[in-house]
Amino acid sequence: MASTDIKVDSPSTNKVVDKNELLKKRKERNIRIGKWVMPIIVFMITIYLWYWIVQVNSIPHYILPGPFLVVTTLIQDFQILLSALQITIQITLMALAVAVIGGVGLAILFTQSKFFEISFFPYAVILQVTPIISIAPLIFIYVDNRTVGLLLCAWIVAFFPILSNTTLGLNSVDHNLKDLFKIYGANRWQKLLHLQIPSALPYFLGGLRIAGGLALIGAVVAEYVAGTGGIGSGLAYTILEAGYRLNIPRMFAALLLIAGTGVFIFAILSFLSHLLLHKWHESALQKEN
Amino acid sequence: MNNNSRPLLLELKKVGKTFSEDIVALRDMELKIHSGDFISLLGPSGCGKSTALRIIAGLTEPTVGEVDWKVNHGSGAIGVVFQEATLLPWTTVEKNVWLPFRLQNKSFKEKKDEIERSLELVGLKDFTKSYPRELSGGMKMRVAIARALVTDPEVILMDEPFAALDEITRFKLNNDLLALRETLGCTIIFVTHSVFESVFLSDRIAVMATRPGRVIQELDVDEPYPRGESFRTSSSYGVICRKTSDALKLAMEN
Repeated sequence: MASTDIKVDSPSTNKVVDKNELLKKRKERNIRIGKWVMPIIVFMITIYLWYWIVQVNSIPHYILPGPFLVVTTLIQDFQILLSALQITIQITLMALAVAVIGGVGLAILFTQSKFFEISFFPYAVILQVTPIISIAPLIFIYVDNRTVGLLLCAWIVAFFPILSNTTLGLNSVDHNLKDLFKIYGANRWQKLLHLQIPSALPYFLGGLRIAGGLALIGAVVAEYVAGTGGIGSGLAYTILEAGYRLNIPRMFAALLLIAGTGVFIFAILSFLSHLLLHKWHESALQKEN
Repeated sequence: MNNNSRPLLLELKKVGKTFSEDIVALRDMELKIHSGDFISLLGPSGCGKSTALRIIAGLTEPTVGEVDWKVNHGSGAIGVVFQEATLLPWTTVEKNVWLPFRLQNKSFKEKKDEIERSLELVGLKDFTKSYPRELSGGMKMRVAIARALVTDPEVILMDEPFAALDEITRFKLNNDLLALRETLGCTIIFVTHSVFESVFLSDRIAVMATRPGRVIQELDVDEPYPRGESFRTSSSYGVICRKTSDALKLAMEN
């Protein structure tokens, strides 16, 4: 055999700049900064337009208050608004907690018994698709305690995304892993604890984020239905009452707080999701090139 | 090597498996596995080689016949490696290897030595704290092998473990698997559709035919271990591959 020389070229050490890569990097940086800057610019423009429209047309504050009046009201009425906010948040969080317990518990029962699932799942769907606003009046007829009624309404809205997502997650276990657990003689409990629940975690957290927003909606809607009777009521009550008194600035201030609460709940739950998943789950990974 | 000098580990006796009434995956399959064997089940897709493996693993009951174990085959006596690494993505490499013990309710601390040793054997002792997603396909497969080894099983079942890997990685893992076996003396049942892989690795090849799935020929690979890269290019390797190929062709025509 003839010997063959194999030449290995040593790579050149000159630094080569790729135009496309450079462009891509610049674009990525712009997006990273713009993600924060752009919404703020839009916000400021909107506030200014709002202010301008109110000023130019000299709209009376009982029809449309200017942005500064809303902020002033927010500060002035803070005591009233804060206690209302506390109640709304309380109902929302309690409903969310009960939704998590009920949704996850039911999902686990569903995966333990197929018969249980096919028997009860349709009713969970019916409960979900019936608008809460049409069930709530009935609930307040039968439930004497106002808080329990509100809680029940918020729970009905919030629990379904948790139930359906967790059920999906518990059933989405890799079948090879299931085989592996069977070969090593895992019992039902071990399978649930070490395989199904971790597999379902990303699905559950997705459902939780939706449920967080829905619990707030449920709590607010239910309070509208419950009406203005009773003391110690939440933000929806504040809006209703302020509406009766044509106190439009306070309505806006309360609305601001509800929106803020929704954003806050979403942010907290997103952070929780990131905390639990960032080490291993695809959804939480940074894109690598 | 003479198979008969080693104790019988398990035996498939007239094993048959029928799926949904009329699909016969296996019929009258006979196979003897001796302690220390490296046997390959080789055949075209649909010959029931994976079904046979699942029956041995206890994942599926045979429709007829039986798997006669000569040793205790409780939890930890069988190690498995699938075509995919099949790791728990939410936990680290060492915790993945702990899994078989964990399911026996044995703490990580108690089994730390075994876990470390197993990872060292597959060359991953620097990656114990890594998450599966940080590893390449070949490294994930090594974790799966470490997990299969960790309980010191009677037999390791491998279902086309390297089929999804690139050739360079596959050759490397082939060599490492043989080295592992040299060290541990473990029994391996290896399902593959590659003639070359089965000849390189095993000391016996059971060639299987389709419809119905069964063993039509058993070939001995009388080549001494350790087998290195030089065996891959030797003339005897070529001869045995040819013989095995012919047997496989016969199986396909059958």
